[in-house]
Amino acid sequence: MKQLLVFIRKEFFHVFRDKRTLLIMFGLPVAQIVLFGFALTSEVKDITLTVIDNSRDANSQQLIRKIKSSSYFIVNESSIDYNDIANSFKKGTTKCALIFPAGFGNDLQHGGKAQLQIITDGSDPNTAKTVVNYITAITTAYQQEISPSPQLPYTIVPESRMLYNEEGNGSLNFIPGVMALVLMIVCTALTSVSVVREKELGTMEILLVSPFKPLMVLIAKAIPYLILSLANFVLILLLAVFVLDVGIKGSILLLFMESMLFIITCLSFGLMISNTTNSQQTALLLSMMGLMLPTMIFTGFMFPIENMPKIFQLISNIIPSRWYFLIIKSVMLKGLGFEYVWKETLVLLGMTIILLTIALKNFKTRLS
Amino acid sequence: MEEKVIVCKDLTKRFGDFYAVNKISFEVNKGEIFGFLGANGAGKTTAMRILCGLSHPTSGEAMVAGFDVYKQPESIKKNIGYMSQKFSLYENLTVVENIEFFGGVYGVSSSEIRKRSDNLIQKLGLTAEAKKLVGALPLGWKQKLAFSVAIFHQPRIVFLDEPTGGVDPVTRRQFWDMIYEAAASGITIFVTTHYMDEAEYCNRVTIMVDGKIEALDSPANLKTQFEADNMDEVFYRLARRAKRSGD
Repeated sequence: MKQLLVFIRKEFFHVFRDKRTLLIMFGLPVAQIVLFGFALTSEVKDITLTVIDNSRDANSQQLIRKIKSSSYFIVNESSIDYNDIANSFKKGTTKCALIFPAGFGNDLQHGGKAQLQIITDGSDPNTAKTVVNYITAITTAYQQEISPSPQLPYTIVPESRMLYNEEGNGSLNFIPGVMALVLMIVCTALTSVSVVREKELGTMEILLVSPFKPLMVLIAKAIPYLILSLANFVLILLLAVFVLDVGIKGSILLLFMESMLFIITCLSFGLMISNTTNSQQTALLLSMMGLMLPTMIFTGFMFPIENMPKIFQLISNIIPSRWYFLIIKSVMLKGLGFEYVWKETLVLLGMTIILLTIALKNFKTRLS
Repeated sequence: MEEKVIVCKDLTKRFGDFYAVNKISFEVNKGEIFGFLGANGAGKTTAMRILCGLSHPTSGEAMVAGFDVYKQPESIKKNIGYMSQKFSLYENLTVVENIEFFGGVYGVSSSEIRKRSDNLIQKLGLTAEAKKLVGALPLGWKQKLAFSVAIFHQPRIVFLDEPTGGVDPVTRRQFWDMIYEAAASGITIFVTTHYMDEAEYCNRVTIMVDGKIEALDSPANLKTQFEADNMDEVFYRLARRAKRSGD
């Protein structure tokens, strides 16, 4: 036990003295989060907005003027038919449309409540959401302005619809996605490199000659990276919550446990890679380049897996980050409990056991 | 009767139909400096790896420090030290941290580690460098430190695989002084080398050719036997017979 502690301490020395490792470990996630976060949620300006005013009364005109005067929209008051909207979305000539039903002003003034429809192109979910938010904000301001008394406020209810992507997937998706991506790449790459480095430097031979058990070498290698990866996970979570305002709906404990499982999956994968390669470069290339693209594509946070050809859907099943992504999305964004993610958890657990078995087996055969 | 710490009988290691080590037999006495010579690819390293428990022999017998290489590799590991051709300390750990790590891995107690490492650092004259990273030390010092670390847990036998490669002559001399000192304290030294002047420092040497032991005696006896002026000549006469080329 004391030997193990000595070993773990040594691994921490390695990590903290290697600026490159630290940079990959903590720089990469921060860069990813910030890049993805701000690139995806940045302000949208000069959106061409098609307005269809079926009411043509004072209120609808006032509201249109308000929208025009904001800097976000270029308003296109076309008189296209309601039925042609779908077509113009398909052609891509319209990205968003605002529709006033007939009798908008009448409803508002006599009923105190009127409806408004916003249609957006959900294939670009971030712009779509932003547009909805902008218009909602403008209408809210407007309804307060024209309400006769605070006791009897007018309400304008904007009904928004995102074509092609009713759920509005995408804007929040990327946080679990980046978490899956970063943990997968960082854990796998760093673990594999740390074992291979010992081989390359010749210290592995010394360790194998020592009474230290080979299995313990693997454990001692994995533990520091497990701890660091968990720290990494917390860092990403903090960034998500405090910098990008993504709320955590579900249980943090569950999130933590699931992430720990996923990290162990990745560590096992890293150990497996390290057993099959002999140079740090190969290990790094395999784990970073070889994993980056499949992880990005098959995790499902950039491109919906459901829309892929069958063969790719099948391939995506063997990518651990895909399952982790599903779990995290359910727990973090939808607030679901373990009863909804146990299947995915089981898949991850199975993968971990398989990878770990292969890693241990290969490690032993290298001795004889 | 002297105590034997290594006993090999018909030790063989075969990879496919290639005999890396072919029926070698020898004995090493306690406190002896035993030189293991041979051209590249002659089978020295393979033989040494078997004795260290890194590799399993195909056939034959071997006892190291009184333990069987087949049945008790773990006991062997506790009783030996090893220094490889490659520099084998951690460059991004300090001198003290390296000592603490290897001491700890061999199960030396913390208080004992502190005591011995203080002595060691003083003896090596590394007091000023104790907290510096090993990577910053000159090669000669690194090698001396690596040797000291290899015998830090006071093993019965220490295996040195070409320990002085790339080291300047003065440092090599100092290195051999350390080897003599260790041997005097009762540690058996098993050393492979390419330098024939170093072979002269050994109590006995074996010369391996094509996986077999072609000669085994004290340097003086070998010179008489082969009618040579120095070990260089002895080595050339034997190595010329080699059929397989080096790697």
